[in-house]
Order: sequence, then structure tokens, then C-alpha cells
Amino acid sequence: MNAYIKLILAYLKIGLFGFGGGYAMLSLIQREVVGSGWITSTMFTDIVAISQMTPGPIGINSATYIGYVVGCDAGGMGWISGILGSVLATLAVVIPPYILTLYTGHFINKHKNSPVTKSVFSGLRPVCVGLIGSAALLLINKDNFGVTDFEQITSIIICIASFGIVYFSKVHPILVIILAGFAGYLIY
Amino acid sequence: MIRHILCNFAVVFQNATMTDNIFFKLFTSFFKVGAFTFGGGWAMIAIIEKEIVTKNKWIGKEEFLDLLAIAQAMPGILAVNIAVVIGDRLKGIKGSLCAALGTILPSFFMILAIAIFLTPETIKNDPTLSAIFKGIRPAVVALIIAPMLTTAKVAKISRKTIIIPIATALLIYSGIPYISSPVVYIILGCVGGYMYYVISQHKKLGTGKEDKQ
Repeated sequence: MNAYIKLILAYLKIGLFGFGGGYAMLSLIQREVVGSGWITSTMFTDIVAISQMTPGPIGINSATYIGYVVGCDAGGMGWISGILGSVLATLAVVIPPYILTLYTGHFINKHKNSPVTKSVFSGLRPVCVGLIGSAALLLINKDNFGVTDFEQITSIIICIASFGIVYFSKVHPILVIILAGFAGYLIY
Repeated sequence: MIRHILCNFAVVFQNATMTDNIFFKLFTSFFKVGAFTFGGGWAMIAIIEKEIVTKNKWIGKEEFLDLLAIAQAMPGILAVNIAVVIGDRLKGIKGSLCAALGTILPSFFMILAIAIFLTPETIKNDPTLSAIFKGIRPAVVALIIAPMLTTAKVAKISRKTIIIPIATALLIYSGIPYISSPVVYIILGCVGGYMYYVISQHKKLGTGKEDKQ
């Protein structure tokens, strides 16, 4: 029982203080779950790798996986206590930001037409474009584009081709992901 | 009597399915987003834009960018925050619940299945899976760049203001502690927009006075 409460507290903290989404949250998650001794550092790296391989936000992925591991250790009922841990950790990481975001959204929508809100958003829009740009820059690394020359050149070609398809045609981005996966399967 | 109740029930049911339809659509749209988001929250923007702005035309591009700014400014998981603001704007709290669940459930079930049945090593050592992902990862970068360019158009970026997104992107990329935190730029953007408004109001007032004289 005690372990479940600790788990919930850790993920409440991650949810409330994890600014910047995704990879920016990683160090916070690492400090909470590896620091608590729930999982080893190698296991954490593996979870990050799985999160990159499976779809979905890394915050949810880590909460579900670590919740399962901690639940199995604590509950003594095998996979049932594991699932309970997953559900609790996932809810804990989602609910506080959910309430905050909902409240802020309502507040801003109420004052949508005030010149102050309009001016704040006119300043935010170019910054938002920059934020998206930084996300793209941060992903251009060895983990995503490979190490050898062959891998890197192939990756750059796939990247440019995907960009062309998404930007200049009306193809659904999901189809581009599937095509890129298929190309990877054929090439490597 | 029974027929009367049945008729009433049918009407209620019909209404329910008609209104639920939008909620269900919202859920399935975000389920798609959750199921195909590789590489973190920003990578899903292309899919959300397609589903919400282009296909269903639920909200305009400019409003989409504003909602994105709100979602980014809040703590927590970006993907879920975006789902919450969009769902709420469309259909209130119920809508935000549908959208958030749609985003969370695919990865929740997939990771749960992996935790129960597979070990991390089996996936990492599978040559087919790792080949597929070698292809997907560079495509994800393209999926982030494309919506960045479309949002740049919506944000009406001119030659004068183009320095703002470029500086923001490079400073966050630099990885210097504190300077590379996105929160800094969100606050600066808010303050900057407001200051610009105050200064331009002052100028207007100033010219107004001159006209009177």
C-alpha cells in the first residue's frame, strides 16, 4: 500500500513540474524513479528506447511501465496488482495538468476578445513557431539519424522525401509514417 | 403504455447517438493521434492539424496555434494538454475527457502489453522492428518541420519578426541551463506582445493629442 502512495506522489510531481513536454520531462522522471530505487538506470534507458519505438507520449509510457513494475513488487497479486499500479501512475501524471490546462483554457477563452489577450497571443505565435523548430532540431541526432554514413544519408533522404510529401501534397501524415517504416524495412 | 415508453426511449437513444457522434469522432481522431505519435508531443502536430483543422474543420489555423501555446505553457504531457484544450474548446469538459482518453489509451494498452508479455530486450533485438524504426525516426523530423512552416504563415511572420522564431529555436537547441528552457520564451513572448500593444497605444494617444493641438 505504501509503495502505491509513493508511486502516486512521484507521478503527481512529474505531472505538475514537467514543463516543456516529452524529452524535457525525461530528467525529472529519471530523478524520481531511478532515485527511488524502483528501477535501475539501465532499465530506465530501455524504457526510453521502448517509448521511442512505440507510439504515444513518453510521460504516459513511463508511467504505465514503471507503475506496472512497482505494482507487481508491492501488491503480491501478480499482474493484477501490476495493472493497478499502471492505472494509478498514469492517472496521477495526467490529472493535475488536466485540471490546470482546462482552467487556463476557460480563463483565456473568456477574455478572448480583450486587447490584452490578443496582444499576448500576437507575441506568443512567433515564439510557438520557434518552439516547434527547436523540437525538430533536437531530434536531428545520432539516435534518430544513425551512426554510419550509409544510415545518415538514407535518413536524410527519407526525411526530405517525407517533408515533400507532407508539405506539398494532401497525404495523411499517418500514411507517411507507415511508408517510412516500410522503406526502413526494405533498406536495412 | 409500453409502446409509449419504447417510443420515448427510441427518441432519447437517437438524440444520444447523434450528440455522442461528435464525442466519438473526437475520441477516434485523438486515438489516431495517440496511436501514431512517435518521438514526443511535437511530432503529433502534423496529425492533429490534419484531423482537426484540415479534415473536420473544427477549429481555424490561427486558433489552433493559440491553443498550442496554452498547452505548451502548462506543465504535464504536451500531447494530453493539446487534446484537453482542443476537446474543451469544441465540446466543453466532456469533449476534453474524450480527447484526452483517446490520446492516452493506445499507448497505455500497448505499454501494458509490453510490460506483461514482452521484455525490452526482445523488441530491441528484433531486426525487423529495428529496421522499421530506423525508417520512421527521420520521417518524424519531417513531420515536425512541415507544420512549423504552415504555422509560420499563420503567425504572419515577416522579415522583421523572423528573428523571433529563429532565435527561440537556436537558444532552446543550445542546451545551456535556464536559457534553453522553453518556459522562458513563452513568458518573453507574452510580455513582448503586451509591451508592443502598450507602446503602440501610447503612440496612438500621442498622435491624437497632436491632432487636437
